[in-house]
Amino acid sequence: MAELEVEIVAADHFVWSGAATLVRARTGDGEIGVMPGHSPVLAVLAPGDLAIVPVDGDRMTVTVDGGFFSVDSNRVVIVADNAKVTDGSASASSAGTR
Amino acid sequence: MGAQLRVYRQKIKSTQSMGKLFKAMELIATSRISKARTRVKASLPHANAITRAVSAVASQTEIDHPLTTEPEQIRRAAVLILTSDRGLAGAYSTSVIKKAEQLNELLREEGKEVRSYLVGNKAQQYYQFRNREFERSWLGNTDAPEFETAQDIGRTLLADFTKDYEDGGVDEIHVVYMSFQTMVLQVPTVIRLLPLEVVEEEAASASDLLPLYEFEPETEQVLDALLPRYIESRIFAALLQAAASELAARQKAMKSASDNADDLVKKFTRLANTARQAEITQELSEIVAGADSLSAS
Repeated sequence: MAELEVEIVAADHFVWSGAATLVRARTGDGEIGVMPGHSPVLAVLAPGDLAIVPVDGDRMTVTVDGGFFSVDSNRVVIVADNAKVTDGSASASSAGTR
Repeated sequence: MGAQLRVYRQKIKSTQSMGKLFKAMELIATSRISKARTRVKASLPHANAITRAVSAVASQTEIDHPLTTEPEQIRRAAVLILTSDRGLAGAYSTSVIKKAEQLNELLREEGKEVRSYLVGNKAQQYYQFRNREFERSWLGNTDAPEFETAQDIGRTLLADFTKDYEDGGVDEIHVVYMSFQTMVLQVPTVIRLLPLEVVEEEAASASDLLPLYEFEPETEQVLDALLPRYIESRIFAALLQAAASELAARQKAMKSASDNADDLVKKFTRLANTARQAEITQELSEIVAGADSLSAS
């Protein structure tokens, strides 16, 4: 099964990247769940938590304070003003906050 | 001790202490450069992601958004100049200001009114000394810029951009900064921020082609949210590059200053030796002459 290639970046640093099976985010209108094969979307993020289910490892939560995210051909790019992994596997890749 | 010798010794001492100072500043700049470069690199993923999204929106949608459409007539331009707070960085601030002056000249020739926004104490001093007007200036932390500063600058510029010309708004925004190429090469650069002119490196492979996005919630709202971020990210990138360039320029300037100090110390030491030797020779010849005149009598 295909998987999502997720990348989370904050304004001045890289936050997380890795493979995932599900990304759930909150937009201005409500929640949106992205699974592999989702059609391209460009959406504005509302401040709050994002849930990401990585291919291996536990479900993780990322707190963002606004930004946007784009989905195209199984690539999810989450661009936040400030993002922080608050819960879950931080080991998949470098989880960094300053 | 002879007067001449004493003067040389004083000069050697003061040059040595200045040399130490230059050396210390050079070392500080060197240690900070790598950090500044890391920050430039760390901001790249964000800048790239935003640029990609903005190009996708700008190239696909036929919507009239004030930020993407070029006004039919540009009457007033904003110029943001990024310089350093402190000197001792060689020609760093001067060359940025020179570039900005050229741009101002060009814009005026095109019949546009120029309004300046300054970053760094050096630019402010330059304007104040010449009694020129500037809209606003941001001081502090030019060698380690914060994202909040970029946000503040972005908001100020956007606020003026969205105003009408009659209310004192601007029609386009330029940024002049020192772009960091390598440790030894920094180039003063001008970019036009608004109206949008998506620059950045373009697609190399098919996977980089822009997909047809759906917008959530509405195209306009997405643009409203996206463009300020794009501006902030561009300004932040420019600030970071300018910081790296400032440090590199300072390191280079301080390196040659401390080299010069070393040379001077060497030169003065030689002169001091000559002076000391001349003094001894003179004393000797006086003694010999005295003994001669005594034995002759």
